[in-house]
Amino acid sequence: MHEELKNIWKNFFNWVLGNGPRPENEVIPPDPPPDLPFTQKPQDKYSRFHEATIKERYEQWLEIHGLHIFSILYSGLSILTCVVIVCLLLATVAELPPFGHERNPANNEVIRRYVEHGGHETGAQNIVAGLILDYRAFDTFGESAVLFTAAVSVLMILGASRRNKLNKSPSLKSETTSRNFLQRGPPSLDEPILRGVASLSIPAILMMGCVVVINGHLTPGGGFSGGAILSTALILASNAYGPERVHEFYNERTFIVSSSTALMIYALSKGYSFFTGANHFHSIIPKGTIGNIFSAGLILPLNICVGLIVAGTLYTFYSLFSKGDL
Amino acid sequence: MINIFAFNIPFASIFLLMITAIVTPLLPKKNRFNEKFSCCVIGLVAILSAYLLYALTNGGQSLAFNFSMGHFPAPWGNELRAGPLEAILALFFCVAMLLSLTGNFSSTAEDIAPNRRQIFCVLVNLLMASLLALTYTNDLFTAYVFIEINTIAACAIVAVKEGAGTTRAAIRYLIMSLVGSGLVMIAICLLYDLTGHLLMQNMHGAIQVLMVTKEYTMPLTVALALITVGLGIKSALYPFASWLPDAHGTSTNASSAILSGLVLKGHIFTIIKIFYRVFGLDVIHYLRMDTAIFIFGLVAMIMGSVHALRQTNIKRMIAWSSVAQVGYIFLGVGLNTVAGVAAACLHIIIHACVKPMLFTAAGGLSAVAGHKKNLHELMGTFYINRWAGLGLIAGAFSMMGIPAFAGFASKLSLTMASFDHPFIVWSLATLATSSVLNALYYVPAVIVVLTKNKNAQNKITAPEPTTLYKFSMFVFLSLNFYLGLFCMPLLRLITRGVNVLQ
Amino acid sequence: MLGKLFLNHYEAVAVILFGIGMTNLLLQRNLIKKIIGLNIMDTAVYLFLAAKGFVEGRAAPILISNGSGGWLNSSDLYVNPVPAGLVLTGIVVSVSVTAFSLALALKLYEYYGTLNIDEALMKMTEEQVELETTIEKAEEDVLAS
Repeated sequence: MHEELKNIWKNFFNWVLGNGPRPENEVIPPDPPPDLPFTQKPQDKYSRFHEATIKERYEQWLEIHGLHIFSILYSGLSILTCVVIVCLLLATVAELPPFGHERNPANNEVIRRYVEHGGHETGAQNIVAGLILDYRAFDTFGESAVLFTAAVSVLMILGASRRNKLNKSPSLKSETTSRNFLQRGPPSLDEPILRGVASLSIPAILMMGCVVVINGHLTPGGGFSGGAILSTALILASNAYGPERVHEFYNERTFIVSSSTALMIYALSKGYSFFTGANHFHSIIPKGTIGNIFSAGLILPLNICVGLIVAGTLYTFYSLFSKGDL
Repeated sequence: MINIFAFNIPFASIFLLMITAIVTPLLPKKNRFNEKFSCCVIGLVAILSAYLLYALTNGGQSLAFNFSMGHFPAPWGNELRAGPLEAILALFFCVAMLLSLTGNFSSTAEDIAPNRRQIFCVLVNLLMASLLALTYTNDLFTAYVFIEINTIAACAIVAVKEGAGTTRAAIRYLIMSLVGSGLVMIAICLLYDLTGHLLMQNMHGAIQVLMVTKEYTMPLTVALALITVGLGIKSALYPFASWLPDAHGTSTNASSAILSGLVLKGHIFTIIKIFYRVFGLDVIHYLRMDTAIFIFGLVAMIMGSVHALRQTNIKRMIAWSSVAQVGYIFLGVGLNTVAGVAAACLHIIIHACVKPMLFTAAGGLSAVAGHKKNLHELMGTFYINRWAGLGLIAGAFSMMGIPAFAGFASKLSLTMASFDHPFIVWSLATLATSSVLNALYYVPAVIVVLTKNKNAQNKITAPEPTTLYKFSMFVFLSLNFYLGLFCMPLLRLITRGVNVLQ
Repeated sequence: MLGKLFLNHYEAVAVILFGIGMTNLLLQRNLIKKIIGLNIMDTAVYLFLAAKGFVEGRAAPILISNGSGGWLNSSDLYVNPVPAGLVLTGIVVSVSVTAFSLALALKLYEYYGTLNIDEALMKMTEEQVELETTIEKAEEDVLAS
């Protein structure tokens, strides 16, 4: 009874406002709270166009075309920003010291010492390796710490709790799509070509990676590039023989233990060298002869540590992104 | 000269935290051992920093020393540098970090899944290590590397609490931070190209020479502007602060406290170091960067408060208030005098102590209101958790600048610093306006919390706050009063530190 | 200015790429495109650094044997090694940041079913409105009973 009365009153009210009779199949919106002043009542969307005020027409137009206009504005703004940044930087570049000139400010006494004394001070034939792992080793330690930070963060975000969460959470609107997205299914196990190629190339890749890591102080390369090569062997193995086989010898625990230990060795050995260096103590680490494999003091073990960390981290990234598990 | 034990403290504190972070994944997870262990290490680093401060300033002297990281001296190897200012900041950063962790020890357990807590510890340790490295470093590229550690760890401690909101907030935070990092990186490359050095004092020398010969003024200005904007984005300077309320408002209380109290400050101190140690105050003035910073600071002070006025969620309100407080710090930096920078550093310390207290208090209050964070739902919570209530009231009074509370000291010193500056009218008017605006949103919050809730059926059987919570809140409150009442010795110490910073 | 720009054309290209990358990172609305923008930006910085390290007519900074057991270590034989070191560090940082942002993007996709950050924002507000109305209704029920 009460509802009916309300309905009648509502129709009457609309008739007074000039909104006309409503369509039969329309759902009547709930009443606004009684204490709202008249002006704040929600607008009736079913008013005929010519009866709407200018403001209402503008709002309707905005509702239909707004997104389009917004995206045009957005791309316009993007282009403008881009042009401004590029022009500013181009004007700067035009003022910079000329390209490739040997009298530029950067070619100063710092570089001279790196090149002229780098050999016997660090023992490394590769000046860049000596630079980043001995002269400026603190930066490089920070760099490994960045990689470690990213690895544990990704492990945390995509790691173990993810699957249960996915299955439980009711708020996921796109549950099915995300599951498909995550679980592409295991690679099919009868792929003779892939397996054949993998069995031939994995040893070669591993060998190549080890060479690049171990010769880091003699030739271009080093821990990071070698580690990246090693990780491709793991990824290839995971694709050819299935992730379970890799999981048998490389899982989350192995990853955490190996990379923590490697980084720990790195930190302790470099810490020793920083400590002795700053306090002018004699360091017991021999430099060796330039050009030998066993030379360059700590650079070789550090490269091996970095190689381990990088290989593990990159495989972990691959594994977490492709199947959401390690 | 300084004794050998104190000499090794900057290096030892960074390495101690790094090694703790690295070893944490290998430690047992039972009984939250990781978290307790991390807290102990941070406490130890705080004690070490206090000793360093004592060793650097006892007997009225102000020492500063360089610590070369390795066997190679200044322009070739990396270097750390410690002076009184760095030691004070390291001490207060450690104390604030420790209190943020202990104060929110129980809320961390509620918000973060057990298997994530271990990684949370790793991230907190890395964050602390990177903050200390940013404080002590004497090398611009080292600063960049540790800024990146800081960025990833900070975004990760936002995302550590699972949920749609935190993920989105972390992404927004990450993207803005990465824009900042990119700008900092290209600016460092430009500076390297112009000076041929990466160490701060050598760059300073080269820039002085360039200033005399009037070469490369335009690239130098661009590099300075880019590095300031980049670090400004990361420290939530107003027009670039859109990411902050999301990140600080949605994350778990410990993360909010750490992010607001410490992470912003690390980047601001890096700006101060770059201004002082790389460019020098006269070059900054010549390139007009001080005026720009000053204006940004003024706008931030007003706009942060205006945004905070519009919030209904208490954590978002406190987060926007951080934007205003960052404006105060930049105002001090923009004054470009020793007194101004000292006032800015004092405000860094005071805000690092007060903002974690506010977040901890807000967390405690919303916990007793059934984890609701809207202001009107916190009605009468003071009477359920009095320690949290006291914390909120003291923090609010401090932010308004009521005498005897910490914020008063920094406002006073900022006012004093701006007296012999040409922009005095602007800075005083904005300080006054901003204080009034602060009161406009903090007073209602205090009133709501103090109003007794008439609806008896809303009574929630809240758990008694733990002893650790009470203890942390007690330390926060006493720090607050200490800083408010006896800040003058500290300010003198900071001024001495700023004087030897150059 | 154009002449000087032509002289520094590697750096000029690098900063153009930097601008493009940064605009993408800042203003693209699709997260994957944003991350690609980030990588363009970082790569541009490496190009810039590599160009800055180059010196006309010098070799890569790896010591060359002088044929009689010694090493040629005159500093006008090799290019500047510092930018190479900076680029190495930068690459590792960039890999880490990319992996981390991709992980967050994946997580966002799981929660919202979209990679567009604005859409996620809109869905968020819708959800919030829903949540608030349900909370209000529950409160009204409590008050009524």
